[in-house]
Amino acid sequence: MKCFARVFAACALTLALDAQDLAVRAELVHTVSGEPIQSGVVIVRAGKIAAIGPAARTPIPENFRVLDAKVVTPGLVDAHSVVGLAGYLNQPQDQDQLDPTAPIQPELRAIDAYNARERLIVWLREHGVTTLHTGHAPAALISGQTMVVKTRGETVEEAVIVPCAMIAATLGENSRAGGDKSPGTAGKQAAMLREALIGAREYQRKLAAAGDDASKRPDRDLRKEALLDLLEKRVPLLITAQRHQDIASALRLAKEFDLRIVLDGAAEAYEMLEPIKAAGFPVILHPPLARFAGELENASRATPKKLLDAGIPFTFQSGYEEYVPKTRVVLFEAAIAASHGLGAQAALRSITLDAARILGLEARLGSLDVGKDGDLALYDGDPFEYTTHCIGTVIEGVVVSEVVR
Amino acid sequence: MIRSLVLFVAASAAFDAVASAQSETVAFVGAQLVPIVGAPIDDGVLVVDKGLISALGARSDIAVPAGARVVDVTGKVLMPGLVDTHSHVGGGWGADSSAPIQPGVRMLDAVNCRDSGLQRAQAGGITTLNIMSGSGHLMSGQTIYVKNRDKNTIEELCYRFEGGEPMGGMKMANGTNSQRAAPFPETRGKSAALVREAFVAALEYRRKVQAAGDDASKLPARELDKEALLELIDGKRVVHHHTHRHDDIVTVLRLSKEFGFRVVLHHVSEAWKVVDEIVAAKAPCSLIVIDTPGGKLEASEFDARSAAELEKRGAPELVGFHTDDWITDSRVFLRSAALAVRAGVSRETALAGLTLHGARMLDLGGRVGSLEAGKDADFIVLSGDPLSVYTRVEQTWVDGAKVFDISDPRDRTWADGGWGAGMPRMQATCCLGDAEDPR
Repeated sequence: MKCFARVFAACALTLALDAQDLAVRAELVHTVSGEPIQSGVVIVRAGKIAAIGPAARTPIPENFRVLDAKVVTPGLVDAHSVVGLAGYLNQPQDQDQLDPTAPIQPELRAIDAYNARERLIVWLREHGVTTLHTGHAPAALISGQTMVVKTRGETVEEAVIVPCAMIAATLGENSRAGGDKSPGTAGKQAAMLREALIGAREYQRKLAAAGDDASKRPDRDLRKEALLDLLEKRVPLLITAQRHQDIASALRLAKEFDLRIVLDGAAEAYEMLEPIKAAGFPVILHPPLARFAGELENASRATPKKLLDAGIPFTFQSGYEEYVPKTRVVLFEAAIAASHGLGAQAALRSITLDAARILGLEARLGSLDVGKDGDLALYDGDPFEYTTHCIGTVIEGVVVSEVVR
Repeated sequence: MIRSLVLFVAASAAFDAVASAQSETVAFVGAQLVPIVGAPIDDGVLVVDKGLISALGARSDIAVPAGARVVDVTGKVLMPGLVDTHSHVGGGWGADSSAPIQPGVRMLDAVNCRDSGLQRAQAGGITTLNIMSGSGHLMSGQTIYVKNRDKNTIEELCYRFEGGEPMGGMKMANGTNSQRAAPFPETRGKSAALVREAFVAALEYRRKVQAAGDDASKLPARELDKEALLELIDGKRVVHHHTHRHDDIVTVLRLSKEFGFRVVLHHVSEAWKVVDEIVAAKAPCSLIVIDTPGGKLEASEFDARSAAELEKRGAPELVGFHTDDWITDSRVFLRSAALAVRAGVSRETALAGLTLHGARMLDLGGRVGSLEAGKDADFIVLSGDPLSVYTRVEQTWVDGAKVFDISDPRDRTWADGGWGAGMPRMQATCCLGDAEDPR
């Protein structure tokens, strides 16, 4: 409930920003929701798409700023990142994506840790990324919350559109604690998650039993309140699980506690297509350019096509990088998938409309349709080609980048 | 047995060519040839004989030799095998943590030639690699120049100096990677001082050797570290120097001048800031191209336009690239050059940077890196434009032998990934014949 109130407040704030009336003319307009339009025009008024169509039938109102491009797509949606919490210097002072003091900390809010002026955000924006699902890193059993931002603004308040989007959990090697600390094994990881969720259920029961009698209420517990958001399905649990057995554990956990989950990473998803499909959860796949080592030793660039063929909703992510490069770029990742069997059309849809759906924001983002946010990426050629440049980025009618990248 | 005997006898510069030369004459017909030296040739013919390129040109100019096997590559693009001037595939470690300068250590003794990284490199079209130790030392050991054949031992992979010994350079580093608590340096000044001290000591060692003349009793005890340093001073071995920041780059040039060692600058994230100095020193740059600046302080000012800046200053021949695998992925090495084109360099320089320029950085320009008659038949067959994301490496040939074919399911696994792709390559041996990899 609190999350929803914040969304509303954030939307109101958004409108207060300087939305510009503008038009984009392009040789090719990828609406994503429908067929591409040759020689098309997109009209953005008061931050929203007001009209779209062939240039001949879509007049540009007077006094509208006009941008020209070879190709225009919806603003790109990076469905999982740590950028803003993690900074490009990779020094202790700009790394806020992981607090290692406890294995389960769902109460850590991403909004309290986001540096809206981080250079990596600028970099992503310059490559057409307008929406970023970012937050605590996939490096603890439950590392904290995530949020959705637009890649704009000087403060988190100006950037955020969903303050609490998901809670980030991680199974496998990356969330094992060192030394004698727990969790040290996969079995312990599952046991600790189950224990935490059972504890939250008890808390839920006591709250319900107390009813309106404040004297009987248990003391407030931020950690359990956050877990209640999971149990009451207000937010999904984002579970990073690369190996097939960890994917199976994630599905088992979701079933036991009737959780909404989003599978993340999922390097061995191609071995688990049927159970994933049956469970009905979407996948935010590892970057195809991620290092195929450690838990990703069996990763495959053919996985996106297999997910597509299986009818499993999926998208890509810039992911979490500990070293160089400090972030990947979903435009580059979808490009690699496009050339490894997925095809350009499905690849573009994956980092726009499909990503928006997985974030629950498809009513607002992800395609060029009248009424949706005026978020656009402009290019001087095929967006996926190595030698094409992103030449402009628009967020809700505001030109936020004009550099040539 | 006979084969072994031949190998034993042929311990010379020709050692490795003999080891895997294919006796068959093969003509590749119909592709666009990108020779690197000279303009692309549409509808070309490339003839391979005994592991070497024997002829190439337009179909109208080149007759397919009688009896040659013809491979139809119509519609494909055929270019030289790629030269990765800086790779860490093979899983080997060079120097240990006992000292910052360990020139006597050889990667020859550390590389696992069945590591899946070498197969991924084949899938990416890489036929020659400079495999080296890390940048955590001022000098972490001798690198090894490798021809990416499918073989059992590192000896069968390595290029050779004229004298027959395995060929390689020397890995050096400055900046923050090689700085830490003693006995390592903690500052840049100390880093340079330690390097100078080592070179000076090697020169002293040489003086003693020379003073001893023919009198063996006066010879100093052999020291592997100093012998290796003298190979640098003598120019036999090239220094491959990790360096990022503008001031560190200039320090490398200063030390190179003082001791006369030949140097290739590696990574060179801030090359674009000191282009004039690099051009004046004629120092080749093996550039890394990463997706995003940052991740470490020294890469925070990385800019892919360094290649274009060198070209603009009239020094395209100094431009080369590397994967630094695992930092970037051998399977998409073509992408590094394409991203440099995105940042302004010409196609021609970018493609030469992946091939001939890289070969020259390894003193192998006379043998590989371009399609020319007499050179090794190391080439790749691409589905299209080398700089397009949609292009796949379809075949990789080394010494006239095919080492990668995307239509082979096993090779496809190296290219795309999948179950078992990270496992070391299983070897078909004499006794198992062409046994399938059990995976």
